Amino acid sequence: MECPKCRGHMRTFDRNGIHIEQCDNCKGIFLDYGELESLTRMETQWAQQQYAPPPPAHGGPAWGAPHGGGHYGHHGHRNRSWVGMLFSS
Amino acid sequence: MLREDAASATLVDELVRLAPRSGPVTVLKDTRVLVVRVGDVVVKAHPPGTEEGDLRRRLDAAGELPGVMLAPLGLHRLDSPDRLDRLDHLGHAEAPHAGRPSGRLVTIWPAGEALSPDDLADGTMPQDAWESGARLLAHLHASPPPAAMPPAGGPGRLVRAMVELAQVGDSAETRQIREAYRTLAEPLHVPDPRAAGRPTDDHPTAGPSSADHRAAEHHPARHISAGHRAAVRGPEPSRGRRHALTHGDWHLGQLVRHEGAWLLIDPDDLGVGDPAWDLARPAAWFAAGLLDPELWHTFLSAYVGAGGIAVSPDDPWRELDLPARALTVQLAATATVTAMRAGSALDDVAAALVSSCGRIVAAAGERRQGEG
Repeated sequence: MECPKCRGHMRTFDRNGIHIEQCDNCKGIFLDYGELESLTRMETQWAQQQYAPPPPAHGGPAWGAPHGGGHYGHHGHRNRSWVGMLFSS
Repeated sequence: MLREDAASATLVDELVRLAPRSGPVTVLKDTRVLVVRVGDVVVKAHPPGTEEGDLRRRLDAAGELPGVMLAPLGLHRLDSPDRLDRLDHLGHAEAPHAGRPSGRLVTIWPAGEALSPDDLADGTMPQDAWESGARLLAHLHASPPPAAMPPAGGPGRLVRAMVELAQVGDSAETRQIREAYRTLAEPLHVPDPRAAGRPTDDHPTAGPSSADHRAAEHHPARHISAGHRAAVRGPEPSRGRRHALTHGDWHLGQLVRHEGAWLLIDPDDLGVGDPAWDLARPAAWFAAGLLDPELWHTFLSAYVGAGGIAVSPDDPWRELDLPARALTVQLAATATVTAMRAGSALDDVAAALVSSCGRIVAAAGERRQGEG
């Protein structure tokens, strides 16, 4: 088909069930009916998987340290001292 | 400290003699308490000055909690006063009354398989241990306290840590810790269950004041004498929540596997109190950024899932905030005292706890501003 904007040639792509036409000349994209909605839905699902923080299971105090370093108990010096603390009064 | 080592060696011999059978001897702990394994039993000398009646009630309670606490095999008192007893100035501050026997109290226990730091090496043990500990605490807290149970010892530990901090001198860290201590509500005696119905104002250690607060920092003897009564009261947990059977000194070293099941050990601080104190040490570690949040949530979920009464399932920090602040202060004080006595700088763990104290002070300041 012909690009409605620049009259260039449009090439068809099928990706994950979405059928799109892209113009070779201006790179414009033509979507069929309902495909924008499909893309939006997929984008939202992906974003949730990527960015959603784990639910705040039990919260924390106002004075809590920022978590997220992911370094708990791995360094030699800290590890010895920390493991000792786990086991002492 | 050769002479103390010698005294300690003598005490080890005495403990070995109390074991019902001979066997290989291993000293498991030599601090305020001396714990020796002899074959298939463990023999423990309790701190000098331990009150016998209270210890008996605690041992009886432990004996009546099958599946939750390890049951003791026996209680003895050493005949001769040992050197440590006479040396210990904290013990003297308790003003022994006339005729009190001065020998150390000794208990005998079946030797369980203790969870040890080595078990953490492969990375698989912690979760199981955390969950088991949480479930055992939930069951302990749900058990009705026996009659005439003494108060739980957790708050007394905070007080002892602050007294030790006052003795090592002054530094930016000690000032920060003391400031965080002052954000805790006034020291107040935990209502003694044996004095139920008596107005708390009758009690000589009641009536907390800013003067008592200062005493906490400058008069060790006075403070220690109020030791097991002094506590910090928080945002009013319900009566049931403040009068539960509480371990008083829970950490991973208080778990042993005996005959295939995990059990809690060490009833020295067992008593009636706010059970949230038993969760406060891991809560403090979590809030200091030391404990992996996943392990903390595993622990707390297991506790709530097993019917634990110490916290509201929907908002556990309502009950945890105050005891977790108290434990942060206690752990920071103990770590700082250890470092200052050794003449070394604070390690990462101690520094994280002192930072936590700083955030506690800042949060309290913001709250006051918000109210003002």
